[in-house]
Amino acid sequence: MTEIPEHLLKRAQAAREKAAAAEPAAESAASEPAAESPSDSRIPAHLLERSKAAKAKASGGEAESGGGAVAVQDKVASVVQATPTGGGVPVGAGPGGHTQRLLTVVKSGSIQDVKAQPVDKVHTWPHLLAAEFVAALACLTFTFLFSIWVNAPLLQAQNPNQTPNPSKAPWYFLGLQELLTMFHPMVAGVTIPGVGLIILIFAPYIDRNPSNKPEDRKFAISLMTVHLMFWAVLVMIGSFFRGPGFNFVFPWEDGLFFEL
Amino acid sequence: MAKIIDDTPKPTAKERLQSTVDSVQGGQVWSSIFRPGSIFRKGYSDSPRNRSYVIMNSVLYHLHPVKVKRHAVKVSYTLCLGGLSFFLFILLTVTGIFLMFFYRPESTSAWNDISNLQTSVTFGLLVRNMHRWGAHLMVISVFLHMARVFYHGAYKPPREFNWVIGVMLLKLTLLLSFTGYLLPWDQLAVWAVAVGTNMMGYTPVFGRDVRFVLLGGAEIGSETLLRWYVLHVLFLPFVTVIFMAIHFWRVRKDGGISGPL
Repeated sequence: MTEIPEHLLKRAQAAREKAAAAEPAAESAASEPAAESPSDSRIPAHLLERSKAAKAKASGGEAESGGGAVAVQDKVASVVQATPTGGGVPVGAGPGGHTQRLLTVVKSGSIQDVKAQPVDKVHTWPHLLAAEFVAALACLTFTFLFSIWVNAPLLQAQNPNQTPNPSKAPWYFLGLQELLTMFHPMVAGVTIPGVGLIILIFAPYIDRNPSNKPEDRKFAISLMTVHLMFWAVLVMIGSFFRGPGFNFVFPWEDGLFFEL
Repeated sequence: MAKIIDDTPKPTAKERLQSTVDSVQGGQVWSSIFRPGSIFRKGYSDSPRNRSYVIMNSVLYHLHPVKVKRHAVKVSYTLCLGGLSFFLFILLTVTGIFLMFFYRPESTSAWNDISNLQTSVTFGLLVRNMHRWGAHLMVISVFLHMARVFYHGAYKPPREFNWVIGVMLLKLTLLLSFTGYLLPWDQLAVWAVAVGTNMMGYTPVFGRDVRFVLLGGAEIGSETLLRWYVLHVLFLPFVTVIFMAIHFWRVRKDGGISGPL
């Protein structure tokens, strides 16, 4: 014999109990004439009309009033409990004298586990593409106008015999160059950025906290903010506050020693 | 006498244009170029079906799914930073190809080529400026994109690996920018690169070899320029495009962008 899963047995038991409890109520509901509520019915109006007409014809117009009342009875309980109200309608007939019986409704969740929940989605066009287009256009406009007004630097041709003072790396490496003033080159140029990079790469495997809510990840956010600020400050010092000999200067006193 | 005057009105210019357009759009050539459902075949009227066709019938827009989560289109969530990084990459590719026409990676001619580009080539200065500022902007936007992703916790499962790819892309962006920095071959470029490569020389154990491979010699010279030029215009963009493809593909496979918070 096929084994019936326990949760289905439980559910069937609950349904039986519920049906037993609802029985008296359903009986009274079936006996009293149901209100006219076509919107409640799942059966199209024209089909109801047709079956009503057929039934009226069959019973010789006798059941005009009773048939109309049953036609809108659509609730499962009353279908199951349906009593012959109109003359000539077979015992157990459904709405409008239909003789089919709805045995059971199997909800999709009971036999198949639906994992995907419906997600509130919008069309990419126009909702996303329009925003992307405007952003790209703004970015292009900014780059274009900036390029018209500000020229890229081109100093004199390179001369291996003449070291510019100060010699600076590109701005995004100036944090590292700034570290060079404090540590041995191996620490500043290799160890610190290397460890930083490895930690950054493995961040998802180190941070096991599953939440993405800011209030749940105060430590991670603080750590990252401190980290970003650390580099931002170093880059700014390296960019604006370092003059000849990579000595500390104030840009408003000694001028700016910085090329992009 | 038979009436020989044809009194049907002559077609107006507008009607003749319309019939030409119709015959072109009904032809085999046109319908072989534009796929069924393309807005160039039957016009565009706003309907859910046509909104889907816009995405499905374009090779570029096809990077996107037809539908995205409602919160994902909020500019305040992504600030468009990832998309702008990609856009800047395209802009840099286009301007970079233009620059390649006027540049020879030899120590004797590199600086003169840039100088001539600025003074004698139509729009040369403008395009070079756009390439330079676009590159700096891209470093900034990739960096901010990383910060945005971190603060949203978007690197968490199932997106861990895409974060790893993203950090690689950040590194590649920096390398692209750094290799391009040398190419003008002026005092700024050469000495900045000297500072950077000296640092790499301190890599433990094989530091000297790393530096030698990068410079193509013991000191910065012609070989370095050629090497970094090839890295800049071919090798690194090639690798970056592959990583970007994986990055974008994974965004979709991992269920679209993260969130909402």
